[in-house]
Amino acid sequence: MREPRPHTLELVCPAGSLPALKAAVDAGADAVYIGLRGETNARNFPGLNFHRRQAAEAVRYAHAAGARLFMALNTYPDPGRWPAAAQAVDTAVGVGADALILADLGLLHYAATHYPDQRLHLSVQASVTHRHAIALYAERFGVRRVVLPRVLSLPQVRRVVHNTPVEVEVFGFGSLCVMAEGRCGLSAYVTGSSPNQCGVCAPAQAVRWTETPPAREVRLNGVLIDRFGPNEPAGYPVPCKGRFAVGQHVFHAIEEPTSLNVLDVLPELLRVGVRALKVEGRQRGVAYVRQVTQTLREAIDHCQADPDSYSVKPGWLRILDRHSEGRRHTLGALERPWQ
Amino acid sequence: MAVDSPQARPRHARPIGISLAPVPYFWSRQALEDFYRAAVDWPVDTVYLGETVCGKRRALRLGEWIELGETLAESGKEVVLSSQILVEADSEVATLERVCDNGRFSVEANDMGAVHRLAGRIPFVAGPHLNIYNAPALSVTTQSGAYRWVPPVELPASTLAALLGARPPGLETELFGFGRLPLAFSARCFTARAHGLSKDDCRFRCQDYPDGLPLHSQEGEALFNINGVQLQSAAPFSVLSEMARVRALGIEYLRILPLANLTGEVLDVFHAVLSGDQAPTDGEARLDGLGLTPRCNGFWHGQAGMGVQ
Repeated sequence: MREPRPHTLELVCPAGSLPALKAAVDAGADAVYIGLRGETNARNFPGLNFHRRQAAEAVRYAHAAGARLFMALNTYPDPGRWPAAAQAVDTAVGVGADALILADLGLLHYAATHYPDQRLHLSVQASVTHRHAIALYAERFGVRRVVLPRVLSLPQVRRVVHNTPVEVEVFGFGSLCVMAEGRCGLSAYVTGSSPNQCGVCAPAQAVRWTETPPAREVRLNGVLIDRFGPNEPAGYPVPCKGRFAVGQHVFHAIEEPTSLNVLDVLPELLRVGVRALKVEGRQRGVAYVRQVTQTLREAIDHCQADPDSYSVKPGWLRILDRHSEGRRHTLGALERPWQ
Repeated sequence: MAVDSPQARPRHARPIGISLAPVPYFWSRQALEDFYRAAVDWPVDTVYLGETVCGKRRALRLGEWIELGETLAESGKEVVLSSQILVEADSEVATLERVCDNGRFSVEANDMGAVHRLAGRIPFVAGPHLNIYNAPALSVTTQSGAYRWVPPVELPASTLAALLGARPPGLETELFGFGRLPLAFSARCFTARAHGLSKDDCRFRCQDYPDGLPLHSQEGEALFNINGVQLQSAAPFSVLSEMARVRALGIEYLRILPLANLTGEVLDVFHAVLSGDQAPTDGEARLDGLGLTPRCNGFWHGQAGMGVQ
């Protein structure tokens, strides 16, 4: 297992396939996170993710380039899913993953007991937001890093970092979960497929698009999530990004289709001691992974070289917005007015 | 003062008890005091107290919650203080510490920070938001000092049966039995957003919605219920029609979530059915008569939560 480079902001990028992994590594990711096939991780999409042999190849490719490989095993297995989940931990350790990204107390216990030397990270799905919660995972399971949910303001992130010896990773770019991760039952309520257990929000088989002139409708398990006019960009129908009626007012009552982008606050994240920046999107294609990784690599390198004269280049935003939901971006909860 | 110990309340071979979940909405001090004054006479065994949804709401201070708790405890009810579910601000961490260290009543831990604070010191209730889905997770929680757990609301009966078959000895189970399901929590306040306000300038608009603010699809289908930073299900969940299976699970408590007006009536219905005075179908009819329709139970059957069977 490799350790992170000291005193740098580690760029952690997603890969749902070997080509995506190679693109991330080649584009300058410090670490790449992947998942195994099936329900053991929070991006359980058809055709996505790695078999054991591919995971071993991913580790080799990453290590040859000096990058690290993390394995996300971040669903909450029920008794029926437990054997596969525990086996996935064995597989991840067996292929030489540098860190396991876990959320479930049972799996953390299993990993810490069976593989005491294995580096463990706490997934965003565990939704820890303050020092007492972090302390539990650090003391009980030896967790070395926590990924914070996208619910904290920048000053709150700073206080978390200052109040814990555990490394802190935050999301830097990608689709924005509006809710505290791992504690959202909206998709399960509408579709019956629980993100916590099945690893997917708004599963594709529950989505139905219908052309009903003049509007295009999108439904999730029969529930109307949104209607789009001609030429209106249409987002993926997660339940939190539809247009709904509250009283007489129809609007994006929960959130608009938009992506998180922290380039504006990169120097602050660096200054407060955030250890790693995570890119969302294991379900995205090779082009996304390559371009987003390249862009964030360049931004982080600029920022680390001279945080005081850092400014966001318009070219970076153009590239990132092209890959953003609704071609828009936000700082999300990092910025108080969003809340 | 000594914290109530779980050993003081053996529930073996007793009928299923009824618990009253913490009020999820922002009610005024007067409304809360009236509600819990009435609760003294309601057929509930356990009452959970405290603000669990939003740290900005301060209808009562901790000391005042404890005073309310004393009154309820004097009437023979078990009182538990519930910790906040999503803790963000330093002030909320401080409140969490005070709740955990209250020294009088046991605590429902609603995040892992509360578990850490209580572990090995004070027996606690593991709340429904701790994401306990399997026996090893349940075991870790019990070893930390949980004497009772509330399973995640999305767990189907079949999974509950598997989990309860393997539960650690002595651990009580409290099943979410009735009420709008707590589905999601955010940094964002959706009540404020519906009024074009940000959370920092929310003007406590949630106080205008003692039962939450309904959210519908564009076709008028009731979907969610906005309660500040929380989204609930629009339809109340109910296990009343499944009472035979509930009994077979071997649980100790059914949890009822407060409503602005009909809580006492709902508790009467559940009490009548649980004590065998009324058939579940008659209880269902009474819930219908109270206007608590439609109800959902999809999660119980392993289906979309909003579904009903």
